[in-house]
Amino acid sequence: MIIFFRRAVQDILRNKILNVITVITIALSIIIIGSFAIFIINTNDILDSWKQCARIMVYLRPDISKNEIPGIKQKIIGIYGVKSARFIAKDEALSLLRNKMKRQAAILDNLRKNPLPDAFEIEMTPSCTDKRKIESIVTMIESLPFVDDLEYGQKWIGQFADIMRLFRLAGFAVGGLFFIASVFIVANTMRLVLYSRREEVEIMRLVGATERFIKIPFFIEGIIQGILGGITGVVVLYIAFVFISSNLSQGILTGFLSLRFFHFKVLCSIILCSMFVGWLGCFLSFINFKKI
Amino acid sequence: MINGRSEMSIIRMFHVYRYYGKKKALIDINLDVYKNEVLFLSGPSGAGKTTLLKLLYLGESVSEGQVIVDGINLSRISFKRIPALRRKFGIIFQDYKLIRTKTVFENVALVLEAAGRKSRLLEKKVNSVLRIVGMEDKRDLFPPSLSGGEQQRVAVARAVVGDPKIILADEPTGSLDSESAGIVFDLLKRFHTRGATVIIATHDKHLITQAGARVVYLNNGYLQTHTNI
Ligand SMILES: Nc1ncnc2c1ncn2[C@@H]1O[C@H](COP(=O)(O)OP(=O)(O)O)[C@@H](O)[C@H]1O
Ligand SMILES: [Mg+2]
Repeated sequence: MIIFFRRAVQDILRNKILNVITVITIALSIIIIGSFAIFIINTNDILDSWKQCARIMVYLRPDISKNEIPGIKQKIIGIYGVKSARFIAKDEALSLLRNKMKRQAAILDNLRKNPLPDAFEIEMTPSCTDKRKIESIVTMIESLPFVDDLEYGQKWIGQFADIMRLFRLAGFAVGGLFFIASVFIVANTMRLVLYSRREEVEIMRLVGATERFIKIPFFIEGIIQGILGGITGVVVLYIAFVFISSNLSQGILTGFLSLRFFHFKVLCSIILCSMFVGWLGCFLSFINFKKI
Repeated sequence: MINGRSEMSIIRMFHVYRYYGKKKALIDINLDVYKNEVLFLSGPSGAGKTTLLKLLYLGESVSEGQVIVDGINLSRISFKRIPALRRKFGIIFQDYKLIRTKTVFENVALVLEAAGRKSRLLEKKVNSVLRIVGMEDKRDLFPPSLSGGEQQRVAVARAVVGDPKIILADEPTGSLDSESAGIVFDLLKRFHTRGATVIIATHDKHLITQAGARVVYLNNGYLQTHTNI
């Protein structure tokens, strides 16, 4: 086995160009599939975080008096799917608004009466953040007598989620296609390698080498190439990821989200996978290779 | 074809034919090669010498007839046992067939590795054979950087390193000057005295008369088994 390993390493060092091509091929496929996967993971994350901040604002009728508020709060919290309800008095709302408007706040000083209504900010339990459940909560709240108006961002988040689901499906399909394509490209590169070495294989056969003896180093080579390609791909992905995410977080998305790279387990399985691709490429290239 | 010496034959060919399409390269060959003899296979180029040698190690298979090597009937051998058959032979190919991406040492060592020999003994053995053929100091060079005569000697070293029962030499002196040819032939005789059967295909009449061994003559695919030409 040590002999086989030594031969494999020697062969890699002596056929540098073809080996580099194979490694790059594997690395490229990993980069393409990997960037798809990272994109999907992170858009999923963003969607989740948006779902979490999905809130319903309930504006109360102006004729509701202060001492009715605790009763109303009880009613709202009693609805299935509501996690919490925070009362925002109209004065509090006005001062919030004033803070937000900063310099233009002077406009508000001219108001004789606070035009804002009292409101409740409702947060939902995480299990109730999909489109249909939220809509059922909304209709229930709307039917309550003290509600004047109601506002929620879930409509477009729901649509966005639908698009994302489609996107993810497309991502899997494209990823799968790229996987098959990269196996074939690797197989073809290997066949090229083998073709350039068919004389060597023929000579080994003529001096009485068994198929096992001839093929094992090739397979070891394939696996080593797979590992090298996998590591190269992952490293390039990581560098690109760090670069892009630091640029993004300096921009519009500050503090809003932290981008995620692959989990360690996923990284390991990517490298395992590329090992398998190396092996499979070797296996495929030995099919329809002359037998004797 | 049964005769008194059959148990002494290491190779027997019965009514062997080999066609390449319509071309008949070998026609009704009957030949016994005896253990530990030196046999010259002579004849002009294109006579079928290389083809006959190939049939012995299954580089090609017969179109008709039977070949028996060391008790094995080649028409019945399984695919899996071909490597073991080939390890009975040490072959010096007409075009040397050295692996150009492996060093002289590795080319010779390959035979022993393929036979599963231990690597510590292997290095000693390869070095000693390389010393015999006078290529010891070029063991780390690659074949393309060697002269024809040097490649020939590496090919000889590879053919004999595994102590084969049968040595096949296809035009072993073909492209060499007479001095190098003499060295190569001396080497072959040396391994013959160690017990190997040696078959030399050649059209070099000088080599044949010098050797004084049995000669069979191939012409246009027909074999004539008289002893002198
Ligand atoms: N692979 C082949 N395909 C077709 N014809 C061949 C092949 N090998 C040999 N021949 C023909 O068989 C004949 C014998 O060839 P060969 O055995 O190489 O002769 P020698 O070694 O005596 O010079 C020649 O006419 C040659 O053209
Ligand atoms: Mg010939």
